[in-house]
Amino acid sequence: MTHPEQPPLPDDATALNTYPGAEPALLPRLPEPQADGQPQPAEPVENRGGPASDAPRRLDLPHSEWRRVSPKYVVVDLLGYGITAALVLIAALVMHVALDQRWIWWAAGPFLAVCLISGALAPRRIRSIGYQLRDDDLLFRRGIMWQRLVAVPYGRMQLIDINRGPVARAYGLAELKFVTASTATGIVLPGLPVEEAEQLRDHLVAVAESRRTGL
Amino acid sequence: MTDDRPAGIPPNVPGYGAEQSYPPLHQATDAAGQPPQSPPDERSSRRTLTDGEWHRLHPATPLLRGGIAMLAIVGFLIANLRERLVEIFLPGAGEFDSQEYDPLTYVWEHGFVGLALLGLLIVLLLVIGGFFLSWRMHTFRVTDEAVEVRSGILFRTHRKAKLDRIQGVGINRPLLPRIFGAAKMEVSVAGQDASVKLEYLYSRDADDLRRDVLTLASGVKLAEAGVAPRPTVGPAGVESPTDPALTRLVTERVNEFLAPELDPNAAPPESVVRISIGRLIGSTLLSSGTVFLIILAVVMIFSLVNGQFWSLFWFVPSVIGFVSYYSSSVMKSLRYSIAKTSSGVRIGFGLLSTSNDTLPPGRIHAVEISQSVIWRPFDWWQVKINKAGLSAEAAMNGKGNTTILPVGNLSDVAKVLELILDGVSAEALHVELSSAFREPQRSGFILAPRRARWINPFAWRRTGYAVHDGLLLFRRGVIWRKLDLLPLARMQSIAVSQGPLERTFRLASARAHTVVGPISASLPAIGSDEALRLFERVSLAAVEASAIDRSHRWAEKGVDA
Repeated sequence: MTHPEQPPLPDDATALNTYPGAEPALLPRLPEPQADGQPQPAEPVENRGGPASDAPRRLDLPHSEWRRVSPKYVVVDLLGYGITAALVLIAALVMHVALDQRWIWWAAGPFLAVCLISGALAPRRIRSIGYQLRDDDLLFRRGIMWQRLVAVPYGRMQLIDINRGPVARAYGLAELKFVTASTATGIVLPGLPVEEAEQLRDHLVAVAESRRTGL
Repeated sequence: MTDDRPAGIPPNVPGYGAEQSYPPLHQATDAAGQPPQSPPDERSSRRTLTDGEWHRLHPATPLLRGGIAMLAIVGFLIANLRERLVEIFLPGAGEFDSQEYDPLTYVWEHGFVGLALLGLLIVLLLVIGGFFLSWRMHTFRVTDEAVEVRSGILFRTHRKAKLDRIQGVGINRPLLPRIFGAAKMEVSVAGQDASVKLEYLYSRDADDLRRDVLTLASGVKLAEAGVAPRPTVGPAGVESPTDPALTRLVTERVNEFLAPELDPNAAPPESVVRISIGRLIGSTLLSSGTVFLIILAVVMIFSLVNGQFWSLFWFVPSVIGFVSYYSSSVMKSLRYSIAKTSSGVRIGFGLLSTSNDTLPPGRIHAVEISQSVIWRPFDWWQVKINKAGLSAEAAMNGKGNTTILPVGNLSDVAKVLELILDGVSAEALHVELSSAFREPQRSGFILAPRRARWINPFAWRRTGYAVHDGLLLFRRGVIWRKLDLLPLARMQSIAVSQGPLERTFRLASARAHTVVGPISASLPAIGSDEALRLFERVSLAAVEASAIDRSHRWAEKGVDA
């Protein structure tokens, strides 16, 4: 996602790359993260933590292959929205026609609009759900507007749930839920084909067992 | 061993009827089907509660747990019969009107006295029998694997805490049990509300039992065959095989109320951190509650000036409420001490009702140092921790002793951190903390970029992170200065996130997930590429740290070596 309308912020390091002639003296001092407790030489704060190159604005890891969930899950997701929206629509119509309560549209209208927008974005949102099995941890990402990227070491997994809703079952999909000792981890991987979900669970249980330490 | 009866227990207390059966505590109650492992003469002079057999609790247990209600009933009856009693013992002194009809008169006039006395006797016997039975059936044992408690007469419950899952052992001595010489021990394990409670132990046994349980949990065998001499291999190597415990405990038993809260032999004195009373009172008064009280006072003065005298009706009660809140929070933290003992860090406090927790190494999941703006001129800081085994509600309500240093200056904080975190030194931490808080630009922290001021206008200069010594450090906040220290070996997961506004400024937030507790470690608005670097670095370091972490059996390698 690019923002051509957004002028480069003057205090960004990208600005230095864009206009290398402007402040060449600052270039060699671009940051190498040091966190060993030693005081760093005083340097302008704004030059630290800025992108070293023309970094993308979105959160993504370089050199990474994300595994996606099944595209069929879009249908499941859309059906969920569709059913909810249909129920609300019917209720609103009943209120309007039978009881002559016009105001109901003030409540139902925004709700339907939200459903519509969410439904329209569903393919995109579901494409954004991804996971990666690295050597020692599981990566998980989701979200377009609100992006989230989580890493869980395998040894931290306490249990792994497989849930299957009625619609998802009809499409042969399952949902995998990872539970750690922290309630905030919150990794739910929807829309995996059942065999893949079961394989993944067995694999994760095995690696979690081999790497388990204390809590 | 009849002289073991705690002073202050009247001889007719139910449960002490079992006096003759109490001393052979070590004999198995046989329900476990285990052969008695240790003939009595082989044992050391002290009773050992960790020999893997079933033991009974303090005989006053039923009374302390449920019998208080019965005492109240007796008191109620006596209060109601007061006039009659006065009439009996001092004829003519009371205004008792014997013409008045009541059940006792009825009993007397119809010659049912014998029957009534019999009924009373049966009830008393039933109650005493019930107490005795519940005491008999309430047993615990400590094996090499777990601490187990069985209780209940009709509905038996059996709870078990696996030793290598122990997150901490707390000993509480509320005032009344303390008078009886009893103490409550709570072995908390990971999981919601999963603690095993030993209510009530003999007060003098509790500290030794805890030390033995934690020594067992550390992976050091007390002995091979279940006979239990004192452990000679402690994590710090401070235990000597000949323990002066007996004489010490006898003295302690007599002087228990006069004794210092922390046994001076239990910890090297230089490792102990205490709080002076002046600082404790001062820090309690300078809380946000006081600001609220001042606002209330101003409002009240205004309304008094305007002739609204009714405002006294709400102001006076709220002042009383504040005073009682202040005094209770000061009372709670009196005699506070934190010290390093052979089995972990011991945090103790309390004047009349005392309470102390021992946390074995590696049970602390997050530490937060915080300072409100009111405390800043005094250099006062507070330290809180996240630990496992706390239910979510308890964590929300601030229960469970998660504040391990109520107030202290930065060097106290550094000392406490040295105690509770492995492998950091107080001096280095003190230097790092003061530079992190006072001159963030010169500290080793990687700070938020200048563009973060659009999202985080006040605190952006003070938002940053550092990773070293197996710790992840998050620094944030201006009004409430905060520093979170997370041992990477116990971090559950790490997340970075980015909302649309943050994306506009190329920023992101990071959050480290730990077990539930008062601390939620997050870092708002740092550079998005810096956040990704943090993410990669921390996820790698967390895996490495937990691979070499051995704290679930923290002393085991000491035995192997």
